[in-house]
Amino acid sequence: MEFFRFKHDIPFMSWGKYTTVISLVTFIVSVFFLVTKGLNLGVDFTGGTVMEVSYTQPADLNRIRGTLIKLGMADASVQNFGTSRDVLIRLPAKADMSSAKLSETVIAALRTEDEATELRRVEFVGPQVGKELVENGALALLIVSLGIVAYLAIRFEWKFGVSGIIANLHDVVIILGFFAFFQWEFSLTVLAAILAILGYSVNESVVVFDRIRENFRKMRRASVSQVIDNAITRTMSRTIITHGSTQMVVVSMLLFGGESLHYFALALTIGILFGIYSSVLVASPLLMLLGVSRKDIVKPEKKPEPEAVP
Amino acid sequence: MNRYPAWKYLLIAVSILLGLLYTLPNFYGESPAVQISPLRTTAKADAGLLNRVEEALKEASLPTSGTFLEGGSIKVRLADTDTQIKARDTLQSLLGNGYMVALNLLPNSPQWLASIGALPMYLGLDLRGGVHFLLEVDMKGALSKALDRFGSDIRGSLREKKIPYAGLDKRGSLIVVKFRNAESRAQAGAEIKKNYPDLDLREENVGTEFHLAATLRPEAQKRIQDAAVQQNITTLRNRVNELGVAEPIIQQAGADRVVVQLPGVQDTAKAKDILGRTATLEVRMVDEEHDLSAALRGQIPFGSELYNERGGGPLLVKKQVVLTGDRINDAQPGFDNNNQPAVHLNLDNSGARIFQQLTRDNVGKRMAILLIEKNQAEVVTAPVIREEIGGGRVQISGRMTSEEARDVALLLRAGALAAPMDIVEERTVGPSLGAENIESGFNSTLYGFAAIAVFMTIYYSVFGFISVLALGVNLLLLVGLLSILQATLTLPGMAAIALTLGMAIDANVLINERIRDELREGMAPQAAINAGYERAWATILDSNITTLIAGIALFAFGSGPIKGFAVVLCLGIMTSMYSAVMVSRGFVNLVYGSRRKLERVSIGQVWKPVTSKR
Repeated sequence: MEFFRFKHDIPFMSWGKYTTVISLVTFIVSVFFLVTKGLNLGVDFTGGTVMEVSYTQPADLNRIRGTLIKLGMADASVQNFGTSRDVLIRLPAKADMSSAKLSETVIAALRTEDEATELRRVEFVGPQVGKELVENGALALLIVSLGIVAYLAIRFEWKFGVSGIIANLHDVVIILGFFAFFQWEFSLTVLAAILAILGYSVNESVVVFDRIRENFRKMRRASVSQVIDNAITRTMSRTIITHGSTQMVVVSMLLFGGESLHYFALALTIGILFGIYSSVLVASPLLMLLGVSRKDIVKPEKKPEPEAVP
Repeated sequence: MNRYPAWKYLLIAVSILLGLLYTLPNFYGESPAVQISPLRTTAKADAGLLNRVEEALKEASLPTSGTFLEGGSIKVRLADTDTQIKARDTLQSLLGNGYMVALNLLPNSPQWLASIGALPMYLGLDLRGGVHFLLEVDMKGALSKALDRFGSDIRGSLREKKIPYAGLDKRGSLIVVKFRNAESRAQAGAEIKKNYPDLDLREENVGTEFHLAATLRPEAQKRIQDAAVQQNITTLRNRVNELGVAEPIIQQAGADRVVVQLPGVQDTAKAKDILGRTATLEVRMVDEEHDLSAALRGQIPFGSELYNERGGGPLLVKKQVVLTGDRINDAQPGFDNNNQPAVHLNLDNSGARIFQQLTRDNVGKRMAILLIEKNQAEVVTAPVIREEIGGGRVQISGRMTSEEARDVALLLRAGALAAPMDIVEERTVGPSLGAENIESGFNSTLYGFAAIAVFMTIYYSVFGFISVLALGVNLLLLVGLLSILQATLTLPGMAAIALTLGMAIDANVLINERIRDELREGMAPQAAINAGYERAWATILDSNITTLIAGIALFAFGSGPIKGFAVVLCLGIMTSMYSAVMVSRGFVNLVYGSRRKLERVSIGQVWKPVTSKR
């Protein structure tokens, strides 16, 4: 079986104008939503308390809200989580109340209403810690980006490094745009997913770049765009199959991973889909834009030393 | 060309065998157990204790499935959690305060596996349930306390050298000593410089007064802060022991933070209460020179403070602290000669010396023992010193019930915090959620693996099947490695296992596609296999290194569960490079390598374009 049968090289590079427009538009739209709607940052980053409680029968959210209002926590958000019996309560960080005691007060109050209330999870993050997690996250993103640029620059050439990382940061911004648009919760695990996908999608660019380098050596008379078209066409099948198989695992996570892994898997899915697109249709046009040429790759060969003829 | 030397096959076989061996304990599961550890050096867990434990359990007719002595503690394996709790209660009442009796889970794997160090993976709190706290030490508090101590020491030295001074107070991070003339200031300056190298001195003239301002040197500040964190960690460890947690983790995180992880703890309220206590004990002298009734009217004499005595009236107590709680080695509840509840203290050497001197110099006077909890000080007792007390054995008896005596003893035994601490992060996971998380992590991996296996076998037939075998080896090695390293496995870590499987198959797809490519170009099968593996290797290395960069950055900057994700990701990438390239090549060589005339290989259909050559 073979899915992909390309008779001729696909002229990807001649589509450069369209793909640049598409990328720019999705990018701008993502930035727009990031700016206007912002990310729905989880408790990891904002500080505050999240409690997951579970009831034996479907939970009455209004009664829970009432109990919380009686405790003076009118700004708490109460919603179902996964099933109708599980409830997620979010309490914003408060300066005056001893935050560690907060969850105890709440669960005690809920237990007076219904004794069988089970406390499944508490997460409390102090505002200071939250700020540090944001800083560390941003720093990790920066270090990963720089590390990848440096690696690609050493392994190939700086133009490859720059276009590789721009293409993949474009993916990151789009993932963030999705999270902003749908107001999905952005937590530490989602950040981890994004960083992992950053490292992973670069793979794709690496594979294409590898072929481009090889082609520059082999296809001596072809133009730069022909070289790139051929490289992309020949790696296409592999690109789609590898991403597809990674996506199979991610789908399995989406289906069986439960609520805790839901957004993690979602971020990976978007990252993988856009990773295919960007490494093929963003990184390579960028490479051309930066003016890559055979000279960058194939160092002028030294003339063979004349053999000593006896 | 597609043959491996014998040592390569041997290496692959050995690695698979080791992977199997160390993965094995994960299949046995865990059973509830009770762990008994001695809390003091006087108490020992030995064969005698083992006998006592066994007999007590037999008497209470609680069946066990094995009791044994291991690593200085006794472990009792029990059938179910119900018996486990009963056994804990029985044993705690039998053994008393000298031992910690904690609930635990013990791996069911056979002894021979444990003896070669094969243990199940170490599950994080989000998988096994428990509490994680991040506590922050209040450094300002620690420094302010240190300054107080310096202040009272300077007072003492100046008095001893008979250098007159007009006053001494603390202003923020400064100690300001006032003098009437420049001479005594110079004298005092020299004295302080000599005795307290940790202080920086500056002379100031304010109006007609001559001031000497002392600040802590930065290196001294750092030392004090480090010491405060270290002491708090020790104290927390003692307190956690009192809580009875089998495998607590207490470690420093950053300059001023401490991580406390208590697996399996359900009663988080009690845990927080005991951890969060900032009780300190101070021994001071009662101020008997001044008038109490005047003080009650608001004229509190300089250098003294007004406190309430437990169950008694107000009391004037000198500010100067003679002895603090860190000098206490042990504290036990008990009774005094009059059969009143009391706390028996055992001081360390230096504490004993100070106490002996104090009691020798102050026979007939009253001293006060203060318990300071959450900035609220209370005089527990203010006994009259009858005689010199040597040897460091001190009895505190006052108006206490035996209940209170036990609490005070526990608090003192658990030690004092050098500086107050705040909980800045808490993550609690209930046991049922933990079990669900394990299940969802396991299922994601299982079904993901199954989907890949089916697809690969159909798409690449024999080569696909070999890739799946290699992927299985990868999983085996990864789990084995995690078990050997005892790295903490979290839910994101389980997600990383699944994810690395998805990424690992990349390498095999890459290789298989390359082989097809070469076949398409018309290369002979044997040569195509060889070329495919050789050429794919550089690409595999490149692509894995970029993911590795991300993994390392996540490890460096991530915290808690994210670190778990990063560890698994990095390990998974490394095992995948080994298994996808070396192990799968090994299988391929076994299948095809020995055939001299290989007509075709089973790698699925290789489609050739009609115009294959341009």
